[in-house]
Amino acid sequence: MSSSTQSFSRSYFLSSVVKKQIMAVTGLLLCGFLLGHLAGNLLIIISPDAFNQYGHALVSNKPLLYTAEAGLIVLFLVHLCMAAKLTVENNTARPQKYYIKQKTGRGATFASSTMPYTGLIILIFLITHLNSFKYGTIYMTTIDGVEMRDLYRTVMEFFAQPLGAAWYAFAMIAMAIHVSHGFWSAFQSFGFSHSKYTPLLRKAGIAYAILVGAGFTALALYGYIQGVQA
Amino acid sequence: MSDTNTMTLNLKIWRQASTKDKGQIVDYVLEGVSPDMSFLEMIDMLNEQLVAKNDDPIAFDHDCREGICGMCSLMINGQAHGPEKATTTCQLHMRSFKDGDTIAIEPWRARAFPVLKDLMVDRSAFDKIIEAGGFVNVNTGNAQDANSILIPKENADLAMDAAACIGCGACVASCKNASAMLFVSAKISQLALLPQGEVEADQRALSMVEKMDELGFGNCTNEAECEASCPKDISISNIARMNRGFLKAAVSAKTK
Ligand code: FES
Repeated sequence: MSSSTQSFSRSYFLSSVVKKQIMAVTGLLLCGFLLGHLAGNLLIIISPDAFNQYGHALVSNKPLLYTAEAGLIVLFLVHLCMAAKLTVENNTARPQKYYIKQKTGRGATFASSTMPYTGLIILIFLITHLNSFKYGTIYMTTIDGVEMRDLYRTVMEFFAQPLGAAWYAFAMIAMAIHVSHGFWSAFQSFGFSHSKYTPLLRKAGIAYAILVGAGFTALALYGYIQGVQA
Repeated sequence: MSDTNTMTLNLKIWRQASTKDKGQIVDYVLEGVSPDMSFLEMIDMLNEQLVAKNDDPIAFDHDCREGICGMCSLMINGQAHGPEKATTTCQLHMRSFKDGDTIAIEPWRARAFPVLKDLMVDRSAFDKIIEAGGFVNVNTGNAQDANSILIPKENADLAMDAAACIGCGACVASCKNASAMLFVSAKISQLALLPQGEVEADQRALSMVEKMDELGFGNCTNEAECEASCPKDISISNIARMNRGFLKAAVSAKTK
């Protein structure tokens, strides 16, 4: 066995196994963020004030806000760049494509075979999402004597447009499909495999995907219906 | 061969004169194919006709024709070793097809498996991976008394399952990323699970994965098409074992 420990340490982060593990850890952490984000957003349904106060609390704690934002940017960029690198490498691993390629129906799923595409939809969504909300129209409101941003109004105005709500829902469904494969896949990449728990984990991944997919889509629908009624 | 059960097939076969040649799909019509023939016998039949016409016969890999050597290959209608589960091409029979079917036959395609001629590919990349560490290098001494080395039944079974890999390359061929992880993980697992192989398990995982990457195989995306196409039903739980073994080896590298 020729490889010395020294030559290995250099190639460690470039090995196929570790590249996948980097995808896994960043992906799982982003999954955690998604859940927190959804929980916060659901305050929209509770009351406009609750949502605005929550948003205000988040942006008021500057050190926490900047740390969290920096962390998210790093996670997202690492996940994205690694995905791009892996996709390019995987394409070059088969320079000549098959004349006919047919799935066995016993392995790949719709979700697993569309990861780069759903990932791309999420990327585009993320840019438009920050643009319409975080950097969207700023309204102000005063709750309990404190002046703060009326993010609720910005959000509801966005969802009131059929195209806005539809694009949001579409992207969230793509996101759900993406995580339905990614969640389980992350554990496999780290080598977690168990005859009893792995099937459970796959189900948990689907349940998680349905939860975030349905949760965010419900918000868009709620906003749209509110808009129509207003 | 005038049996009423015989079939006429429309074959679309990849012909390529050499590694450098561009290659193309060529159409053949083959009559009188018996459902009892194996897939390779069907190609033999076509080749006899080609030779009789002074044409170049189709080159394809085969050896044992009983599903144990791993020499046969072929993408049949876009599936490695054809449509049947856990079946090598040599064990696939024409009864899996019907009269009038169109069958596309292509070689394995991967950067690491260059086409030599027609349907034959060079799979020596797999040998290079084995050379990098797929063996036991420690002196295990004379044969021990039976039962003096205790091996849990589960480990023996898992090692045996991994050792069923015949190294045909269907995992690489069927993977959309042309990844060799199923093969490599089976070869790592069959040794790592047993006491004699366990000694070098860490270094073996590092060396074999390094070689696999160097040879230009793709990265696994956990789709399990390899497992689904494997004629020996090798499980992707071997890939998980390799992933954690590699991580463990990497963080516990033995240095002073
Ligand atoms: S020819 Fe030996 S396995 Fe098919």
